[in-house]
Amino acid sequence: MNRLRVLTPGLQTTVQDLGRFGWAHFGVSASGAADALALRAGNLLVGNAENAAGLEMTLVGGAFEFERNAVIALTGSDFGAGLPLWSAVEVKAGETVRCGPTRGGARAYLTVRGGVAAAKAMGSASVHVMTGVGGRPLRMGDVVPIGEEAMRKPRSGQVTPPEGEPGGLLRVTAAAQAEWFGDELYAGEYAVSEESNRMGLRLRGLAIPSPGGHMLTEGVPLGAIQVPPDGQPIVLFVEHQTTGGYPKPANVISADFWRLGQLRPRDGVRFERVTMERAVELLREQEKWLYRLV
Amino acid sequence: MTIRPASDRSLLVSFGDDISLESHRAVARLTRSLEGLRGILNLHPAFATVLIDFDPRLRDHEEVAGWVRERMEAPADGFAMERRTVEVPVSFGGEWGPDLDDVARHTGLSPEEVIQRFCAAEFEVYFVGFSTCFPYLGGLPAELATPRLGAPRKHVPEGSVAIGGGQAGVYPLASPGGWRLIGRTSLRLFDADSEPPPLLRMGDRAIFVAGARP
Repeated sequence: MNRLRVLTPGLQTTVQDLGRFGWAHFGVSASGAADALALRAGNLLVGNAENAAGLEMTLVGGAFEFERNAVIALTGSDFGAGLPLWSAVEVKAGETVRCGPTRGGARAYLTVRGGVAAAKAMGSASVHVMTGVGGRPLRMGDVVPIGEEAMRKPRSGQVTPPEGEPGGLLRVTAAAQAEWFGDELYAGEYAVSEESNRMGLRLRGLAIPSPGGHMLTEGVPLGAIQVPPDGQPIVLFVEHQTTGGYPKPANVISADFWRLGQLRPRDGVRFERVTMERAVELLREQEKWLYRLV
Repeated sequence: MTIRPASDRSLLVSFGDDISLESHRAVARLTRSLEGLRGILNLHPAFATVLIDFDPRLRDHEEVAGWVRERMEAPADGFAMERRTVEVPVSFGGEWGPDLDDVARHTGLSPEEVIQRFCAAEFEVYFVGFSTCFPYLGGLPAELATPRLGAPRKHVPEGSVAIGGGQAGVYPLASPGGWRLIGRTSLRLFDADSEPPPLLRMGDRAIFVAGARP
């Protein structure tokens, strides 16, 4: 079995797959890759199943030495590894893939043919950083086993990543309490706060007046924008709580979840309303793009 | 019952706007009836609502709404919940419950009276949610209701016993949270190796006992 050794871990590097589903009724959210589109694309490029586990790096990447020959892909943002991105790349035994600080968005993914063979907890290898379910971020000296479960040959050539710079526009649909709110959310730009993490993106900007309605705690979906009494919106992210008591004017659309994963502290975002039909259509287009990689 | 989209991959089913045993039972019944269906990724039961996450590549809002109507129109005969009684030892106030004095001030009671009334109540686990294995408890005496914090705390210690509005709960793991912390227990509420992982489950009865040091 091939393995990779963690020479330096980077700022926060974790094993991620597409998440841990079927446990929300026990308060366990899905977790999974913050930019699932990049992880899925990376897996398809090296010939894996799309939900194979890979490494998720955040803001500053790590250095990883491979024991044997491997086929890898680096997707998501450019972390300065000096290798072609968004394509299958051969790495020789003893070679090191060295990533550094990001030159673009918040996250990069290292996928490897055969997949990362990490132990699964409750059906998934995804590390839920806030609770420790599924393990912890990688440390210097950790040895990560690589599996042998590839499905196809690696894809040749480079693919064009989905368009978009860090920050910018996030498209949303109406959420459960949309009618409690006015247009404040759409009036200006919000900045991503330093306190943001995989659980939620805390935004700073024009305060949204508290609607003050009677609100019972209810289930919250990925990408929900909740407004606590201080009026500063929080976008619930992959490690989000499964229920919440703050009202929600809007929800980020599925096709823009990957953009959330690429947001860095201090990036600016704006929100734009789309219809449910448009949201579904945009997701279909994105899936079509992804499956061209198979 | 109302059904509406919450996002492009979820539906929110609501059985009312209040905490009641009747809506609790409907929530539990719907949750059980939808478990394990292909294309349904997660179920989030709450006091009076169930949020249903589905895979938008396989299902759409109409289809999932159809399943909900079909299941709730079927007769409820034979639906019964497992019900256990769990005693939770708690150390109240001071460093264990930094918001006890605020709750006392808000309710106009003394801290001792808050503790006494809290321990005299019989709570029902309405659902498990928020964070890993967090039990939402119905049955808080109305006079103890205290609003949540204006902005959530970044760090609430494991085992914290808390009041949020008219609700009560216990934090199974250290996490952020916006409820008022009145005490702490040493009981483990989440065990990943246990089947199922939560100590307190939907439908259980919980009773708090004062005095034990965490």
